[in-house]
Amino acid sequence: MLWITIKRIIKAGFVNFWRNGSVSLSAVFVMVIALFMIGSTLLLTAFLGTALKDLTDKIDINIYVSATAPESSILDLQAKIEALPEVKAVTYISREQALETFRVRHENDHRIIQALDEVGSNPLTAVLTVKAKEPAQYEGIAKFLENKSSLAPDSLSIVSKVNYNDNKVAIERLSRIIDGVKKLGGIVTVVLVGISILITFNTIRLAIFIARDEISVMRLVGGSNEYIRGPFVVEGMIYGLVSGMLTIILFYPITYWLKTTTQGFYGGIDLLHYFVANFVQIFFIIILSGIVLGAVSSYLAVRKYLAMR
Amino acid sequence: MIYFDNVSKIYPDGTVALEGVTFSVKQGEFLSIVGHSGAGKTTLMKLLLGEGDCTSGSVSFDSVDIQKVKMKDMPNLRRRIGVIFQDFRLLPNKTAYENVAFAMEIAGKTDEEIASDVPHVLELVDLSKKMWNFPRQLSGGELQRVAIARAIVNHPDLIIADEPTGNLDPINTYEIVQILKKINDLGTTVILTTHNKGVVEALGKRVITMDHGRVVRDDPNGKYAL
Repeated sequence: MLWITIKRIIKAGFVNFWRNGSVSLSAVFVMVIALFMIGSTLLLTAFLGTALKDLTDKIDINIYVSATAPESSILDLQAKIEALPEVKAVTYISREQALETFRVRHENDHRIIQALDEVGSNPLTAVLTVKAKEPAQYEGIAKFLENKSSLAPDSLSIVSKVNYNDNKVAIERLSRIIDGVKKLGGIVTVVLVGISILITFNTIRLAIFIARDEISVMRLVGGSNEYIRGPFVVEGMIYGLVSGMLTIILFYPITYWLKTTTQGFYGGIDLLHYFVANFVQIFFIIILSGIVLGAVSSYLAVRKYLAMR
Repeated sequence: MIYFDNVSKIYPDGTVALEGVTFSVKQGEFLSIVGHSGAGKTTLMKLLLGEGDCTSGSVSFDSVDIQKVKMKDMPNLRRRIGVIFQDFRLLPNKTAYENVAFAMEIAGKTDEEIASDVPHVLELVDLSKKMWNFPRQLSGGELQRVAIARAIVNHPDLIIADEPTGNLDPINTYEIVQILKKINDLGTTVILTTHNKGVVEALGKRVITMDHGRVVRDDPNGKYAL
């Protein structure tokens, strides 16, 4: 019996969706807009997060070690800096590696390679690249490195230059921007998602308001609350499913169109790539939010007409 | 079977719809309730269907006090009553067949029962040819016949017909009344409200006359006295 009831409810939901063509169409259109808002805020915040993480990864402090320093003292210094709680990683690039990288980077520039060959010996110094856990911690690390007493005098003497002060302004500005974007992104997401839920709920409420006479007839001929509500909930789920699909389809050309802009802005990753790479996740988030939104809105909207005696 | 005991209904705005109404209806009876618009006929029917509560008194159906029936048990009560309205109240997005089938679905009938009973009932009201038409494609008389088919398909104990002929021409009115009479002849209790003099006189059955919310006359064999 339960199975027959479920089957009838689902069938009635589909039939109603089809026969209430114009109402369904308007509900779907409004829901596409709402889901598109939800989708694009989620997509943009996620994408911004990735882009910001990329930028954060690019920040570092380089410690140039004097050419005469023995490797053991350099490794010693590396271990000391790694011991700091704020430090995520310290990479050691030896003089030979530095030269190798330099040659590869400038392999098409004959004059530089020629100049390098003429010098004969390796003019480059070894470098320790320090990455902090948070962008804001670079200043502390730099101060620590400048403070001679915190490192043994012999370790310090091998440091020829710390480049933090050169990048200081850029690093500070970047960490401020990252913080700001994170906060603003959160607020914007909450507000837009809230608005979308309200829009969807009200649209479905209107669609069910149109059917209020039908609901009263169903009650008069003895329909149970579940049996009356069921098809409306199914209909709401179909609204969500169809609008979710349309939204996903809509996203492809739009991210494609934004591809070059975002690529130019962030260098490297672009929105289309991000969309395609995370397609399965985005697909499920949009479709599921549509279905849940539709079902819950219908459930609540019908409840009002069922509560009356 | 049905008992109205000193029933009064006063709406929140102070309008008195019913005042001290007392009468009973026996199993298998055909009762017509007549009166001007606003006499309280429709309010009586609504109370019987559990649509709203009375201010004082009680309405019982088979010894069950309708006012005390819980919301979740109301559908079971309503399935025992077939209702027919002046404005038909069919589901606009369902065909004639589906409208009748809907009443059977909610009563928990199987697909086989529905497939055999619905065409039969529609044939009874002479609508076999328009089974698959939507309400918008049917005339007033045809709509009312679908409504009757829906009301009788579950073999209810009681049929309530609230001004069923109000929107119909004389020929359709005659046909609808004949159908109701036939249903009553088969043993179902029928309560009909109307202000059509011809209908009442042609029936020659019990008539209750109402005026300003009161029962002013209870006549065992059909006179329209207003």
